[in-house]
Amino acid sequence: MSASTDVSVNGLSFAYPGANRLVLDGLDLQVDAGERVAILGPNGSGKTTLALHLNGLLAPHAGSVRIGGQVIGSDTVSEIRRNVGLVFQRPDDQLFMQSVREDVAFGPANLGLSPDQIEQRVTRALDAVSATDLADATPHHLSGGEKRRAAIATVLSMDPQVLVFDEPTSGLDPLGRHELAALLTALPQTQIIVTHDLPFALATCDRSVVLDEGRVTVDMRTRDLLDDPELLAQHRLALPFGYGRAALD
Amino acid sequence: MIQLDSTTHRHLHVHGTSPVHSVAAEAKLAGLFLFVIAVAVTPRTWVPVFVVDAVLVAATVRCARLRPGLMMRRLAAVTPFVAFAIALPFLGDGATTDLGPLTLSIDGVWATWNILAKATLGATASIIVTATTPIPDLLGGLSRLRAPATIIGIIGFMFRYLDLIVEELGRMRRSMVSRGYDPRWLWQARPIASSAGTLFVRTYERGERVHDAMAARGYTGTMPELGSPRAERADWLVALAPACIAIVALAVVGLR
Repeated sequence: MSASTDVSVNGLSFAYPGANRLVLDGLDLQVDAGERVAILGPNGSGKTTLALHLNGLLAPHAGSVRIGGQVIGSDTVSEIRRNVGLVFQRPDDQLFMQSVREDVAFGPANLGLSPDQIEQRVTRALDAVSATDLADATPHHLSGGEKRRAAIATVLSMDPQVLVFDEPTSGLDPLGRHELAALLTALPQTQIIVTHDLPFALATCDRSVVLDEGRVTVDMRTRDLLDDPELLAQHRLALPFGYGRAALD
Repeated sequence: MIQLDSTTHRHLHVHGTSPVHSVAAEAKLAGLFLFVIAVAVTPRTWVPVFVVDAVLVAATVRCARLRPGLMMRRLAAVTPFVAFAIALPFLGDGATTDLGPLTLSIDGVWATWNILAKATLGATASIIVTATTPIPDLLGGLSRLRAPATIIGIIGFMFRYLDLIVEELGRMRRSMVSRGYDPRWLWQARPIASSAGTLFVRTYERGERVHDAMAARGYTGTMPELGSPRAERADWLVALAPACIAIVALAVVGLR
């Protein structure tokens, strides 16, 4: 099995129950195997909703999501969840067991692996995020950056081919963001990174797409997008106060 | 003060290496359950049996090297029941006895003794088990004793999220206080009620997000078993000993 695979979203539409407004409205997106793409967009543009579709947690009203050519449906969802690791916005929602080790073991245990295999996966995943020393810690007692790394380890232990991050830099201090960027660029998986954080997008992704009104309205090189303040402003995006793109080089 | 160790579970567990700490969780739970039943079925007038039970509990506390101060503080949890029991000698009817200026119902005095003795013994035994067993091991023990998975799940999540919910409540309280809210009278309690409602909704929403995170990692309704040490024969022998002695004491007094 290769380390990464492609993601293909076609004509995806979705509305939450009881709401008339379509959160996703005919969204198309292709991501190649091993590519890292930033999903940018203002609040309420459907970024998180898209992330939940990539793992089969929400079912599309129209259109389809394919992971490595396999359409997500009720018959494939368990295999899809093995292949797509979703890292949630708040690590406290993701770390629900009594220790980091148990949390990292939760996914592999659900796959029905043997205790030895689980142990191996846990060791490897914690090592990948440099969190071996956190194994026996209670999630509640970790710092923001440690929680984030532990949360990433909980999906890495599933051996996914695709990683989806929802606002991975929220709650991280500047150094924590640097470390996270270094970690993500070192991982071989296909990555879809939902974020508001434009410098982080530039540091991790060559390509960015902008969601607005539930569809992809911009799809270009991150560098070029950040060079175009007017285009950014059209979609309620902005670099940190007082910085131009040149400052980020 | 409970020893704080950033890498262990601080709610109830007191870090230690005593013989009581090292007994496997399911054996301790079974021993506790039996002991509490033995105490609960002891007729209230069989005082010697209660004395034996009290000696057993005290010896276990000593063996577990738990400090008396800690035990007393945790025992305070039974105070509401005790407060209720104190009133019984004045409320009971039937034969009475005079104690100084007070007239006490004999039946009521026995009822008070019954509640006090059993509550204190049962609570102390439970405190010993929870203070010497980390929460994850307790959950593993419950699961090996075939407790319903849903109940175990609820207990586990409660401990995992208790701190977060308490912090959330603290933040809401601070935000109220910082805007000049200083409740003194009952009619000022409305914001407290509404913050309880908000807390409930937030907790509920968190529950949904946690469930999503579990489903995303292949959860289909049963928590996987992630081993803690299993009970050996020696664990069972040690853990069931106090309960067995209590039952023998009960039998001896009963047969006399």
